Amino acid sequence: MKSVLVFDVLIIGAGVVGAAIARELSRYKLSIAVLEKEEEPAFGVSKSNSGIIHPGTQNSLNSLKGRLCLQGNILTRKISQELGLDFQEVGELIVAFNEQEAEILQNLKKQAQGLGVPGLKIVDKNWLRENEPNLNPEVRAALFAPTAGIISPYRLVYALCENAIKNGAEIYTNTKVENIARQEEYFEINTSRKSFRAKYVINAAGLFADEISRMAGISDFQIRPRKGEEFILDKKKENLTRHLIFPLPSKTSKGVLVIKTADGNPMIGPTAEDIEDKEDLSTSEEGLKKVITLSQRLVPAINESDIIAYFSGLRPVAGDDFIIRSEDQVPGFINVAGIQSPGLTSAPAIALMVRDMLKAHGLKLKKKRIFKSPRKKSIHLFKIPLTAAKKLIKKDAAYGDIVCRCEMVSAQEIKQAIVEGARTMDGIKFRTRAQAGRCHGSFCATRLMKILAEEIKIPLTALTKRGLGSEMVKKDRLDV
Amino acid sequence: MSERQLVVIGGGPAGMGAAISAYEAGVKDILLIERDQYLGGILNQCIHTGFGLSYFKKNLTGPEYAHRFIEKIQAIDNIEVSLKSFAVKLTKEKELIFIKPGELKEIKAKALIMATGARERTREMIHIPGDRPSGIFSAGLAQKLINIEGLLPGEEVVIVGSGDIGLIMARRFILEGAKVKAVIEIQKQSRGLARNVVQCLEDFNIPFYLSHKVARIYGKKRVEKVDVVEVDEDLKAIPGSDFSLACDTILISAGLISENELLEAAGIEAGNISIPGLFVCGNAYKIYDLADSVSRDALLAGKQAAEYLKGLG
Ligand SMILES: Cc1cc2nc3c(=O)[nH]c(=O)nc-3n(C[C@H](O)[C@H](O)[C@H](O)COP(=O)(O)OP(=O)(O)OC[C@H]3O[C@@H](n4cnc5c(N)ncnc54)[C@H](O)[C@@H]3O)c2cc1C
Ligand SMILES: Cc1cc2nc3c(=O)[nH]c(=O)nc-3n(C[C@H](O)[C@H](O)[C@H](O)COP(=O)(O)OP(=O)(O)OC[C@H]3O[C@@H](n4cnc5c(N)ncnc54)[C@H](O)[C@@H]3O)c2cc1C
Repeated sequence: MKSVLVFDVLIIGAGVVGAAIARELSRYKLSIAVLEKEEEPAFGVSKSNSGIIHPGTQNSLNSLKGRLCLQGNILTRKISQELGLDFQEVGELIVAFNEQEAEILQNLKKQAQGLGVPGLKIVDKNWLRENEPNLNPEVRAALFAPTAGIISPYRLVYALCENAIKNGAEIYTNTKVENIARQEEYFEINTSRKSFRAKYVINAAGLFADEISRMAGISDFQIRPRKGEEFILDKKKENLTRHLIFPLPSKTSKGVLVIKTADGNPMIGPTAEDIEDKEDLSTSEEGLKKVITLSQRLVPAINESDIIAYFSGLRPVAGDDFIIRSEDQVPGFINVAGIQSPGLTSAPAIALMVRDMLKAHGLKLKKKRIFKSPRKKSIHLFKIPLTAAKKLIKKDAAYGDIVCRCEMVSAQEIKQAIVEGARTMDGIKFRTRAQAGRCHGSFCATRLMKILAEEIKIPLTALTKRGLGSEMVKKDRLDV
Repeated sequence: MSERQLVVIGGGPAGMGAAISAYEAGVKDILLIERDQYLGGILNQCIHTGFGLSYFKKNLTGPEYAHRFIEKIQAIDNIEVSLKSFAVKLTKEKELIFIKPGELKEIKAKALIMATGARERTREMIHIPGDRPSGIFSAGLAQKLINIEGLLPGEEVVIVGSGDIGLIMARRFILEGAKVKAVIEIQKQSRGLARNVVQCLEDFNIPFYLSHKVARIYGKKRVEKVDVVEVDEDLKAIPGSDFSLACDTILISAGLISENELLEAAGIEAGNISIPGLFVCGNAYKIYDLADSVSRDALLAGKQAAEYLKGLG
């Protein structure tokens, strides 16, 4: 018989939502496990989004989205500090091209003020010329929301996971939940690897939250993927804009934006297209054309030849709002579903809401005496003063051993990423930026593969880009 | 900050050739910085022949060609070679920072030769839509995986672009027992040398589609297939001409780009250098088809640097 692992709380999904919940619950005397089907955390929706910590604008007054986004914006700042992440408050501009649009800005402002979004201001042409010189001069006015910020989405997830683990939570990767059985007192969960048992189960499975919910017997919602294609520009264009630039929102999306990212590269996108396949992350020529045209309307200086990379992400849509509820018919089961944008922003607030639901349903929450919160900031050689870099290289030779030449990532940073949990080439890329620059790994892939294979002790032929089935190479020539 | 007469960045054929030529023209203090653990640059992974036909009047492999320069350099005491040394910052005053394991160094060069080579264009740069699975390599990376690391990237290959590296890799994959399904070139004629088209494609019956492009890549985890479509004069897809090729690997061989990031970061335009005593040569200066031409270019750069230093007295 398979042995069963027993926990107080099981969280399904190690995206930003599951990770934030795990970290929040790890403050208490509980045994917690996160079950994730992918090889690493953050390989779902949370790795492919715009990375914006939204201020709360563009949400209707009584929505969960609005309230949680606003609260999440505040909480993310604190979390970033605690976990050594870079949060940059860059501010956003929602722009209007004519009188009619300018009037809509007034409504947006009123609505956002009603929600409690601070610091809102309508700015005019002169202000824009001064503060956003590359903006299309035809823009007449804009709604300025100073509290909008940016963060590296995957690094946020990794940091949350790492901190949760440090405080006793366990994360099981390559562990796909296959069925959930409700027993008298607990849930029994079978996965592709092991069996688990817990009194409380939290469904934070992103695009697959409807399937997980159905396993538990609740099937009143369906998740539909809404695709967003995004295009990353060369870092040389870092100063293209000072703020995040938004057009007026439509009914289904915030529109195609000009985005600043935590790593300095500007980004344009996303599109919004309803599709069927939850695993279709392809990009298209039409997507590219659309994003180029719409972003150039905001910032004419954008050039197609500046694009160095692209990807798409799927918003898990289940109606207009988030679905966050403890299910009365299945006591102990909490659904956190339909977490589309602004889910990245809202995650820490969602975690608090889920904690309170657990408490209301009888989970005893006793704080641990010691919660290890501070996490050391990872060091990048080129973000510190020269004298400090000199010292660091002297102390640790591997800092002077540059592996990725485009992003200048040292062997030490690669090794540190592996210690922190990187198991795949994409995992290394998201953590360190090695392979994310101009040459896309043409120069450093072999060296990275050797370091990774050696550190995690697997043959080079078993290394993957992002998990089983995505092996990097087919064969060892000597084995042929 | 120590001062050196001549600093050469890059230890490929360009950098080595320039250092030797500068020495022969009278420069007695030369520092050659190479980021790799060996000299030779890209030549180390080019184990095929075809090098040196015009420069040495001999048919050599890449490593053999490089070795002729390496031996010469090793015999010259006035050329100091610093390996595993990565130049990371440059100023208009020819001050330079480089790092190597355990050390960060700052030096000022009286004359400076940039010979930092080139990088390959990527799938992203040529905007091929579709999925982003594993199994997509630049031709040069595939070359390195096979020739240096002893790994076979894949077994059913489609090559995008007819650059020389791609043509040479087509043959290399066949010799390794893999299948090359096709080489797809968007232009009307081959990008690579005629002799490579004959020796690497025709001799092995590899289908070569000119005026065709890869329109889409499929595969959620690993590459599974590509869509290919014919293009018209304006490089626009011709409706109805498309077909699919099953494959597990895609090589991108769509040309090289000079690596001049150090110069750019210093605010210096690589194509138009107006700083006295600063020279660029080899593939960093412009993309040459043959290493032999790179060596000629390097010869000139070395001489010019020597003259410049003489002029300073
Ligand atoms: C294009 C785009 C742009 C966006 N921009 C922003 C933005 O700028 N700001 C913002 O706030 N939000 C943004 N969002 C929204 C944000 O990305 C999401 O709301 C958030 O990432 C959702 O996180 P999650 O943890 O719910 O989902 P996920 O990250 O998908 O996590 C769910 C996890 O569950 C796992 N899983 C699924 N099924 C199983 C199973 N059976 N067993 C085990 N594990 C399973 C998955 O592998 C996955 O890792 C954007 C979204 C998109 C698509
Ligand atoms: C993948 C590939 C395959 C090729 N195959 C062929 C072929 O088969 N036949 C042929 O004739 N030509 C081939 N070429 C063209 C080839 O590049 C040239 O013939 C020749 O090698 C160029 O010489 P180079 O010295 O300019 O550049 P490289 O040989 O690229 O040398 C540049 C050197 O500079 C070093 N460097 C760069 N930046 C720094 C820095 N910041 N600090 C320290 N060191 C640095 C690099 O490590 C490298 O060693 C190929 C090119 C590539 C990219």
